[in-house]
Amino acid sequence: MQEMNNPTALRDEYLLEVNNLVKWFPIKSSFFKRTIGNVKAVDGVSFKIRRGETMGLVGESGCGKSTCGRTILRLQEKTSGEVRLDGQDIFALNKDQLRKLRPRMQIVFQDPYSSLSPRLPIGEIVGEAVREHDIVPPNEFDDYITRVMDVCGLPPYYKDRYPHEFSGGQRQRICIARALALSPDFIVCDEPVSALDVSIQAQIINLLKRLQADFGLTYLFISHDLSVVEHISDTVGVMYLGNMVEYAATEKIFANPLNPYTQALFSAIPIPDPDAHIHRIILEGSIPSPANPPSGCKFHTRCSHCTEVCKYAPPEWLEVEEGHWCACHLYDDADAKARADEAVRKARSGEAAGKAV
Amino acid sequence: MASEKKKSTYISGRESRRITRFNRRVTRKLEKERADANKDPKLYTTQMKNPNNVVEFDNVCTYFFTDVGVVKAVDGVSYEIPVGKTVGVVGESGCGKSVTSLSLMQLLQRPSGQTVGGEIRFNLGDGSAYNIVNTPNAIMEKIRGNRISMIFQEPMTALNPVFRIGQQVDEVTQLHHPEMSKEDVKARTLQMLELVGIANKEGVYDMYPHELSGGMRQRICIAIALACSPSLIIADEPTTALDVTIQAQILDLLQNLKDKLNSSIMLITHDLGVVAGMADYVVVMYAGRVVEKGTTDDIYHHPSHPYTIGLMKSKPVVGKKVEELYNIPGNVPNPVEMPNYCYFRDRCEMQCERCKGEYPPEIRISDTHIVTCYRYMDEGEVVGHPKSVDVEAL
Repeated sequence: MQEMNNPTALRDEYLLEVNNLVKWFPIKSSFFKRTIGNVKAVDGVSFKIRRGETMGLVGESGCGKSTCGRTILRLQEKTSGEVRLDGQDIFALNKDQLRKLRPRMQIVFQDPYSSLSPRLPIGEIVGEAVREHDIVPPNEFDDYITRVMDVCGLPPYYKDRYPHEFSGGQRQRICIARALALSPDFIVCDEPVSALDVSIQAQIINLLKRLQADFGLTYLFISHDLSVVEHISDTVGVMYLGNMVEYAATEKIFANPLNPYTQALFSAIPIPDPDAHIHRIILEGSIPSPANPPSGCKFHTRCSHCTEVCKYAPPEWLEVEEGHWCACHLYDDADAKARADEAVRKARSGEAAGKAV
Repeated sequence: MASEKKKSTYISGRESRRITRFNRRVTRKLEKERADANKDPKLYTTQMKNPNNVVEFDNVCTYFFTDVGVVKAVDGVSYEIPVGKTVGVVGESGCGKSVTSLSLMQLLQRPSGQTVGGEIRFNLGDGSAYNIVNTPNAIMEKIRGNRISMIFQEPMTALNPVFRIGQQVDEVTQLHHPEMSKEDVKARTLQMLELVGIANKEGVYDMYPHELSGGMRQRICIAIALACSPSLIIADEPTTALDVTIQAQILDLLQNLKDKLNSSIMLITHDLGVVAGMADYVVVMYAGRVVEKGTTDDIYHHPSHPYTIGLMKSKPVVGKKVEELYNIPGNVPNPVEMPNYCYFRDRCEMQCERCKGEYPPEIRISDTHIVTCYRYMDEGEVVGHPKSVDVEAL
């Protein structure tokens, strides 16, 4: 954690830094609008993405990966924490400064059917933000849009057509063109291929990879399809119930998943080979409510390695091997163990005191 | 429909009126034939070709009579589902895999959707069979949910939000076994809930669908489908809306229950990984036709049709690093004006001289493996031709 908080040395290498990001959604009582609880969608997430690399963010639905992506772009306000794009804290900016920064960070949404306005022609969808941000002078506008569309594999005569005339794969290309038109550095891809067919998926993934190579883009690739994530990402973060439970380079995490949740998640991937008999770890039950998460390690209710410590003390985010971070009591070092035991003792005595009262 | 061969999507007013008139004439005629409730049973009882199959599709043609012309969603599809086996049906969206299953259940959106040709033989277990295509509605009502049942993709939309879970599961049993008392029905429901792995069955019995998670809801849908121990379960993308970990649970459950009840499963999905783990036989569909069918082993280890090969290569596989994914060039042809040659020819990278001819026949290349491609013309024997129905003659 210490090195992660040191921005000066790493400013050039890392484009995006997320430190301890927290996003809670308040639950209001029906009449007085008092806050009676919080949905802890993102509950302390930290990671960094190198320039020109792709980080995959995986987890079950409801684990907060999409909320994380949106909060990083400040499409919604944070509860606490820090997000730095190129060293700039995006939550410290005022409206005008943020507006200037907007073209540098873009998003591609999951559902290409609902994320395009049905009333605008394609040229306008792609070009609207370009005009708004004065990316090119007005006399070059048309050429520029044609060029951007061409890069994404869309012929220029599509400009006057409307979204309903296109198939899912074409629409996703339009969404990508719209993001790319602002020449961003950083794109959040929020499940860009999960609504598409397998053969179309391959086209879009190849397109994203090609654009990354050509324009030096940095992606945060949010997905629940692990095989896609493995293909496209350089590093992978696994989230569970608002927390990052494991983070490492793609080869490392797929070859040697440390956290029991990651192990179960990876073992559940269906493999298109009838002879592949892998040992499936079938998780019992489903993901608990983020409004009322379990105490201690949030995964302890479904974990097969659960011990007494897990029920009381939340695990620490430790670098188990070089570049391989994991939050699990199985990999606690001596210091962490001592702190965890202390937490357990405190929680126990608190419980006992509660009972006595 | 000569003028429809024009490349443009534009339809003149005159053309449009002609299509509407034609559709009305054809669908009225077909509906009239179907409406006859006291049909002679001879018209819809047949014999199975092989008594070990639970369902045989024989050159099924299901067309939609739409305002832009006739869409041949399923056009001469033939395959079998053996008793106690799982058949995976794979293909892109719009390839007709769901429409095939809806034809089997007679759940097509009528009157525009009609099964206009072919036979769907459903084994009754006593040596006779129904031809579902001609079966009147009164008989179908006794088959749906009882002998054939269906699990849908979205468990939330499949369940009724205003009824309690218990009521919805009870309904199936009550309908098909009116002789059972209320207590017996409830006992049966609780037994079903336990079977699908719901721990708190008494509690869930009184809950509403919104109180349950996606995985739990899909379990309820499975309980409803299995309530009458059907001989065939149609699972239409049962895990697409679910997470990977829940998907593993549900597939595991389906597999176990199938063996317990000795039912067959028709598993419709676009995920090749799911099929590999579950199915005994695989049918690959493209643009309304079967392009390849065989055992799971045949399809995964010796994919033969260029489309199947492309599909296999375009899916990233964990543990197999490739620089760039293969993608099949081009798009699916327009369903209103299908070409008269191989539907895949325009996207195919292995086409040969013969492909210029008409649509290829079904060619058997091993005992279990059938492929519809000219490349195997010399190696195997021709076993059949997918036949369209001439709509003008209807």
